[in-house]
Amino acid sequence: MTLQAVVIGTSAGGVQALSQVLPRLPADFPAPVLVVVHVPPRQSNSLVDLFAAKCRLPVKEAEDKEPLAPGTIYFAPPDYHLLVEACGTIALSSDEPVNHSRPAIDVLFESAADAFGPDLAGIVMTGANSDGAQGLRAVYAADGQAIVQIPATAEVATMPEAALTACPDARTMALERIVPALEAMIAR
Amino acid sequence: MGESIEDIEIQLLLDAVYRHYHYDFRHYARASIKRRLLQARSQWGYDSISAIQSAVLHDESILPQLLNFLTVQVSEMFRDPSYFRALREKVVPHLRTYPSLKVWVAGCSHGEELYSLAILFAEEGLFERTIFYATDINPAALRAAQAGVFPLERMRLFTENHRLSGGHTSLSDHYTADYDRAAFSKSLRERTVFSDHSLVTDAAFGEMHLISCRNVLIYFDRELQDRVVGLFGESLVRGGFLGIGSKESLRFSEHADLFAEFVREERIYRRSSQ
Repeated sequence: MTLQAVVIGTSAGGVQALSQVLPRLPADFPAPVLVVVHVPPRQSNSLVDLFAAKCRLPVKEAEDKEPLAPGTIYFAPPDYHLLVEACGTIALSSDEPVNHSRPAIDVLFESAADAFGPDLAGIVMTGANSDGAQGLRAVYAADGQAIVQIPATAEVATMPEAALTACPDARTMALERIVPALEAMIAR
Repeated sequence: MGESIEDIEIQLLLDAVYRHYHYDFRHYARASIKRRLLQARSQWGYDSISAIQSAVLHDESILPQLLNFLTVQVSEMFRDPSYFRALREKVVPHLRTYPSLKVWVAGCSHGEELYSLAILFAEEGLFERTIFYATDINPAALRAAQAGVFPLERMRLFTENHRLSGGHTSLSDHYTADYDRAAFSKSLRERTVFSDHSLVTDAAFGEMHLISCRNVLIYFDRELQDRVVGLFGESLVRGGFLGIGSKESLRFSEHADLFAEFVREERIYRRSSQ
């Protein structure tokens, strides 16, 4: 594989969990990183400001039709699904919520699996529902790398547990192991 | 990766629907179309997208259901209340200067945006001088918009949105509740022309003062977006207003120079005078 993109999904406890992952990404990380965090629809995207201050990579809200840039962290805007087109551009949609969520992790993961196949890493972390489980299975089925936070280490274990039920062969790891694992994928 | 079989099948299906029925989804953003078609496939129990193609070509009664998968999205009344507040506070004062007004809700789906605008115009005293045009390509969606009936459970959200938009009537003044449904007042649509219109293949509408078309352009590819933005430019009077979705932009359009930003953060544009 050549790692072309990383997708991350999380919900309850996600901001703290992401704080242990995204700031560890090195400034020369070559792949775009797309993140879905479940947030209430009308909350302005304060996640961007929060993580821009902590990360070495540029952080921004994903924009419709924007070409993915290497080494950039994209957050899904509140109240929109985030998808990736096969040609490597971002797409947003206001289709109905999936798993009661918009943005939904499954929507991002399934479209990214379709676009990047084996060159994708998908990561499911702490959360209180099962969004992301089907998406992670799609990543794995397309020969991408499926990673789940060890449920016992998650603030809320429901989401990682559901991901492991749907995708039992996913690798589990503690949050601090995730960035080294991604770097190893690049080096390969 | 090469083109997958599914991607080939989707292209063929869209070609078939266009050639036989003249509904043109070929320039819709593909990732969302694919998601919806895969949903249709599993819901209908077909083995493949090709099976949907065969079914829709040989049985035209399938077409309306396919259109529902490809076009309908559930919206909210007064979605993004700050957009409606900006219309109320910044656009309405300009609209007041016209003796008669035309408003186009392009891609009206089930009518949430239309009824929101009708209520806003009534509250601002502009309703009696306005003709609304509500268009969509999906006949079932147009019928739903014309009926103006929404699930009662959604009224809580709609009421809250309406309040945040600066509404100074009570939303419940505009509908009657009946079991689990809210039926909006007939008078709200008595000044509306409902019409089948495709942004992809049909021509401009004349002399509009306001076009509201939100979260429609994100479903189009760049090429089609360009066409539609040009169409809106042709359809507006000089100084007319265009509102698009909060995550949409005219920035990349080749027709961007037809418009000036009016309320930037709400994506409200104004037709330039040249």
